Amino acid sequence: MDKRRIWEGIRPYVLIAPAMAGILLFVMYPVGYLIYLSLFKYNLMNKDKSKFVGLDNFTQILGRGDFYKALWNTSVYTAGVVILTMLLSLLIAVWLNKKGRFNSVVQAGIFTPHVVSIVSISLVWLWLMEPNQGLLNYLLKLVGLPPSAWLQSSKTALISVIIVSVWQAIGYYTLIIVAALQSISPSIYEAAALDNASKFKVFYKITLPMISPQLFFILIIMTIGSFKVFDTVQVMTGGGPNNATTTLVYYIYGFRTTNIGYSAATGVVLMAIIGLLTFIYFRLLSKKVHYQ
Amino acid sequence: MASIEFVKVSKSFDRQTVIEDLDLTIEDGKFTVLVGPSGCGKTTLLRMIAGIDPQTSGSVLIDGKDVTRIAPGKRGVAMVFQNYAIYPTMSVRENIEFGLVNNKVPKAERKRLVETIGATVGLNDYLDRKPSTLSGGQRQRVALARAMVKDPSVFLMDEPLSNLDAKLRVQMRIELIELHKKLGTTFVYVTHDQIEAMSMADTIVLMNKGVIQQEAPPEVVYRKPSNLFAAQFIGVPPMNIAPLGDDRATFGFRPESVVIGTEPESFHYTAKGEVITREMLGSETIYQVKTTDGHAFMVKCPDDRYHVDQQVCLGVPADQLFFFGPDENRVDEKDNRHREFMERLRGLAYG
Repeated sequence: MDKRRIWEGIRPYVLIAPAMAGILLFVMYPVGYLIYLSLFKYNLMNKDKSKFVGLDNFTQILGRGDFYKALWNTSVYTAGVVILTMLLSLLIAVWLNKKGRFNSVVQAGIFTPHVVSIVSISLVWLWLMEPNQGLLNYLLKLVGLPPSAWLQSSKTALISVIIVSVWQAIGYYTLIIVAALQSISPSIYEAAALDNASKFKVFYKITLPMISPQLFFILIIMTIGSFKVFDTVQVMTGGGPNNATTTLVYYIYGFRTTNIGYSAATGVVLMAIIGLLTFIYFRLLSKKVHYQ
Repeated sequence: MASIEFVKVSKSFDRQTVIEDLDLTIEDGKFTVLVGPSGCGKTTLLRMIAGIDPQTSGSVLIDGKDVTRIAPGKRGVAMVFQNYAIYPTMSVRENIEFGLVNNKVPKAERKRLVETIGATVGLNDYLDRKPSTLSGGQRQRVALARAMVKDPSVFLMDEPLSNLDAKLRVQMRIELIELHKKLGTTFVYVTHDQIEAMSMADTIVLMNKGVIQQEAPPEVVYRKPSNLFAAQFIGVPPMNIAPLGDDRATFGFRPESVVIGTEPESFHYTAKGEVITREMLGSETIYQVKTTDGHAFMVKCPDDRYHVDQQVCLGVPADQLFFFGPDENRVDEKDNRHREFMERLRGLAYG
């Protein structure tokens, strides 16, 4: 009888143990180790020569101009990608939501970039954006506009990377928004029509609130994803020209062999920034999000 | 207040014609119920009045004015939907107010109207709640309030009670009758439930397959159904029908007009049979009786002493018999054939 009571008590823990083991091993341990590393001046050649430096790495980060440059670039990149992608996906989704003959084709087509590897996409765009032989400048010239240096000027490099990321992300998020739009009961729109609501009002007072959970989800997922951007930068610009496209993760990557401790500390800061941003989002917006 | 008129109205969905050349006038201030089996086109007619699914051809007139080119929100109609179509993201107050805000009614006036209507439907304690926290009956009231607050000249209702439980439905039925009496506006009500139609309507418009079968007050539809379909659609259980000779003519009688007994009595139509099923409903009992010539007739009477497998005698008085010609239309007493059919039935009768 007593044995059975003990078993009753520990059974829940036994049942979640496999999942917890995975989380501990693959999530908690790496995060913990990252924080641990950030407190050291780490020697990759000889572990024993690593020196505990306390919060030295962090004071160094906050005192260095190149970190702020990377943080600024990342913020601009994130703002650009999130705002552009959300606006464009919303527009396209509203358009696709009408039942047209070509809409399923367009929907499939617009989703395709998501299936292709971001490295391939970056390479293709690298070629399209080539200032002398690239297709984009050719088209610009064709319609009589001045050509752009695209990735090769520090003025336009970041916006060029943003364009590629937006182009790649739109299809996926459009799909999510289309699904959200289609789940709205048509009779609500009919009721709104009988209530003499203008098109703008219907969109603003009915459609947007109805899809707000999905929009909020997209906002958070994309902010987190954009803050961690790496592959497009690595393939297309390597952080250049003149650090114009160095983002936080690329910055971290830059110290991977020279200063692991500093690298880890930047990683911890990035984690903190993302956590803080998500927290702010929830505090500011969660009241405006309508869950059914 | 307004009358509604359909003139040569047709409607097709994807080349499939649902309604063809239909003419109908709905009287001003009346409670009109469009009733019929699902797919008969009754909801389609309602949506045409609202303008949310305009007719393919022909015209719809509200108060004598062709509204074909007028947007739904400007027709002066309000509609209660089957699933209520309440805006889930807005509070009860915002739901009721939405139409007023769009029509630029001043704020003070809006507040007064919402609170008056809220009191009428008993929602004043819930005005600042979200619809998701309300019960089915309360949501129904929100939908009603939202329609009422606009003071429309026509009320459209598309099976508004079908999502409520049986008890609440009976209560709402009475409330709707009272509401109609109080407002005095034109009500157009769509249902597939003939009990709702019978209990609430001033005029019943009975439809089948896009064609109007009968347009009359409930008692006329019940006592003088225009054809076989009307006779069998109205009434619970439906009218008993059996063939009358070989020319596809039929005769019928309502389950409640049968006299049931153990000894044969003298009626114009009599039959002997055996009780197959028995449904005891409290105030009345419904028997299914299989006659010796193979017909199954429903009998409804207050008497519950007959049991299954018992041999019984059925009798129907002459004035309770209905006759339908080979074209399925009812043969009236004034019709020449009525006499002939009466004679024919006597020949068929048992014993």
